[in-house]
Amino acid sequence: MRYRITFAKTEAMRFTSHLDTNRTWERIVRRAQLPLAYSQGYNPRPKINLASALPLGFTSSNELAEIWLEKELPVKKVKTHLLGAETPGLKIIEVELVDPKAPKLPNLVHSAEYTVTLSEHFNDLTERITRILESESLIRERRGKKYDLRPLIDAMDELPPRNQGNQQIRLLLAARTGATGRPDEVLAEMGISPQIAKIHRSKLILQKID
Amino acid sequence: MLSNSDIQSRLEWILRTVQKPGRYTGGELNQIVKNWDEIKTKVALVFPDIYDLGMSNLGLAILYDLINRRDDSLAERAFSPWTDMEAAMRRQELPMFSLETKHSLADFDIIGFSLPYETLYTSTLNALDLSGIPIHSKDRGPNHPLVIAGGHATFNPEPMHAFMDAFVIGEGEEVIQEIIDCVGSYQNGDLKFSSRENLLHELSKIWGVYVPSFYYAHYNQDGTFSQIKTLHEAVPEKVVKRIVPKLPPQPTKFIVPYIDTVHNRAPIEIMRGCTRGCRFCHAGMVNRPVRERPLDEIIDSIDRALRSTGFEEIGLLSLSSSDYTHIVPLVNQVSERFSDQHLSVSLPSLRIETVSVDLMDALKDSRRSGFTLAPEAATERMRKIINKPVSTEQLLNSAKEIYTRGWTTIKLYFMIGHPAETMEDVDAIITLCKDVRHIGRQVIGKRAKVHAGVSTFVPKPHTPFQWVPCNTVGEIKIKQDHLRKHLRGPGLKLNWNDPRETQLEAWLSRGDRRMAEVIYTAWMKGAKFDAWGEHFNYQAWMDAFDSVGLDPTFYTHRSRSLDEVFPWEHISTTVTKTFLTQDYLWSLGGRTRIDCREQCFACGVLPAFEELRRRNPGELWKCPEVKKKRVTVREDGESTSR
Repeated sequence: MRYRITFAKTEAMRFTSHLDTNRTWERIVRRAQLPLAYSQGYNPRPKINLASALPLGFTSSNELAEIWLEKELPVKKVKTHLLGAETPGLKIIEVELVDPKAPKLPNLVHSAEYTVTLSEHFNDLTERITRILESESLIRERRGKKYDLRPLIDAMDELPPRNQGNQQIRLLLAARTGATGRPDEVLAEMGISPQIAKIHRSKLILQKID
Repeated sequence: MLSNSDIQSRLEWILRTVQKPGRYTGGELNQIVKNWDEIKTKVALVFPDIYDLGMSNLGLAILYDLINRRDDSLAERAFSPWTDMEAAMRRQELPMFSLETKHSLADFDIIGFSLPYETLYTSTLNALDLSGIPIHSKDRGPNHPLVIAGGHATFNPEPMHAFMDAFVIGEGEEVIQEIIDCVGSYQNGDLKFSSRENLLHELSKIWGVYVPSFYYAHYNQDGTFSQIKTLHEAVPEKVVKRIVPKLPPQPTKFIVPYIDTVHNRAPIEIMRGCTRGCRFCHAGMVNRPVRERPLDEIIDSIDRALRSTGFEEIGLLSLSSSDYTHIVPLVNQVSERFSDQHLSVSLPSLRIETVSVDLMDALKDSRRSGFTLAPEAATERMRKIINKPVSTEQLLNSAKEIYTRGWTTIKLYFMIGHPAETMEDVDAIITLCKDVRHIGRQVIGKRAKVHAGVSTFVPKPHTPFQWVPCNTVGEIKIKQDHLRKHLRGPGLKLNWNDPRETQLEAWLSRGDRRMAEVIYTAWMKGAKFDAWGEHFNYQAWMDAFDSVGLDPTFYTHRSRSLDEVFPWEHISTTVTKTFLTQDYLWSLGGRTRIDCREQCFACGVLPAFEELRRRNPGELWKCPEVKKKRVTVREDGESTSR
């Protein structure tokens, strides 16, 4: 049976990579004593899918994972077991049953919303944002490959200042397979070092299936 | 000094700039964080290499658990920062800190280093330096932590004598409690210790604790060691290693790393020590007597470990797994009980017998990646010299069985560099690997692979080979070139070590007190992370020898005479020099010993621990039973024993 879990990845786990987060999930399910399903074959892998890789150092309040169990258990029971097996830095928010025939989770992700908190103040932040939004294309190079960042930015605005008056930017970026916008790339394009920013993923938006 | 919250906030920035920042955050599942201000004695457990390696160290996990169980003490972990992190820390003036609460090492009362091998020495100095703690023991004052070390390398503590306030010789489970009690009684409000000198005196009275500053070493005209003298009457002339008569149940609530580590699994110790008596094996000599854990306890430990960690792999650890008395029921129970959980079980150190193949088969090892056998030498002549008397026929039979049961790769471990070894012996490694491949091809065809791991022999103190010279770097290179040239072809793979790295291990293993200056100088010249090929700085070491005025070959290539006194003889493993001498002479004559469970060879362990054996009768010890003491009842009704 296929279960979808909404979870938060907080400070303590922000340096755990995608692969290691996957393993963390395997261990949570094992500690929860739930009958985790494994792939068949020579080298059985646990049937766990994460929706979308969260870059190292980012936190998130809205990550998605799916696990397959060998038998159908009430969602409530699965949730209780998982809650008892959490790891510091990973908070389980919601568990739901999913149609096993639905497309794979990573293929369902459409876009992601980020909140960027800057630790330095920029007087011309509004102008920098406008410049990005008014550009027709933003050609950048990442890992030796050229790409256009602009079409990957769905929306972008400055949030009203919150705690300690730190400036905050909201970013809505494409997160489709083969077309993923990275907030640190947007910052770099704005002339802001990603190292002075705290980046938090606030939402993963899935495609609507008919 | 920076407070822990200062350290925490500076870290926040640094971590965004370094590789694998997950090494430095702590906060993992099952980490123990106590209230710093309410605890009297605070211990930093330091593995002087990176997190990825240190987190697999069972010894540290045992001590972490034991210390944190006490109400008056806490233990936190610290590991060496990788070079990029160290550079950032030095720029930001960050000290080496604990993962749990980010306190500087200098804030702790005791710093305990784990030194399982010698190539950690320069990184140990580096850790002290990063923490702003004087590197030399003599320079530490009442407000510095007590710096101690334990682990296999400290059976010859002399090369590190100048840097440690005290060493733990042997097993830590009981002695750590006594050390903390002792340290606690010298702690007072403002200063860490009211008197360092008095504290060290009290520590030196504890069984298994060695305080090097109470001893002075003398040398002969020719540079060899003459004797060591105690500087105070109350200090023991010989420090006998500590053992626990009965292995206490091991910890099971392991910290679960967020990032991948070298052995990312639950380590389960099934027994300690080995009865086989391989002459090159330091662990086999210093871990006597052999003590086993009861079968039920092991199963229970596995169960608890899996529930509290969720690990998908366990390692059943010992020096010779197939020698564990209940190995067959153990393996069967493990596979029955946990078979539906997709648990991988690693069972290292298997003997070269077909029964080992049965064991691995019963575990249904899902990875089937490779089956490891360690014949160590390829000719029966050499195997007799090192006392690993396996026949080539036995090995080939096992190989056939391994391929038949579905493994495609056999890993064979060899050792070259014993002075009795000839080029024929080296050549035989090639022949043997090809013979194994041939058998593999008969069974499974072209898929059959043989991986040869050829390491270089390092004579270790407290072993029958402590007298033996090493091959020179040139001699090793000739042997390795020969292997590289001929041990090639489809299905064959060869691994070897840089012979210069092996030299370092050899200098340090049988080093004396004068070596401390070499270690210090090498570190000053930039040596650290010596166990990492990319960081090993041969020139720094050669320059250090040069500036200290010592000849490195004195430690490695010199044949020692039978009556030579060694710098580590005041450290007693309880295996006697008489026994080691006899075993060395036997090796020269190619004479072997059988498993000492079948016949006791009086190595010296049993008389030394006679009383402990008497109080722990039965099958958990593999030494023979000792007779009950005759008890006479005196007239006043008190019993005395004779």
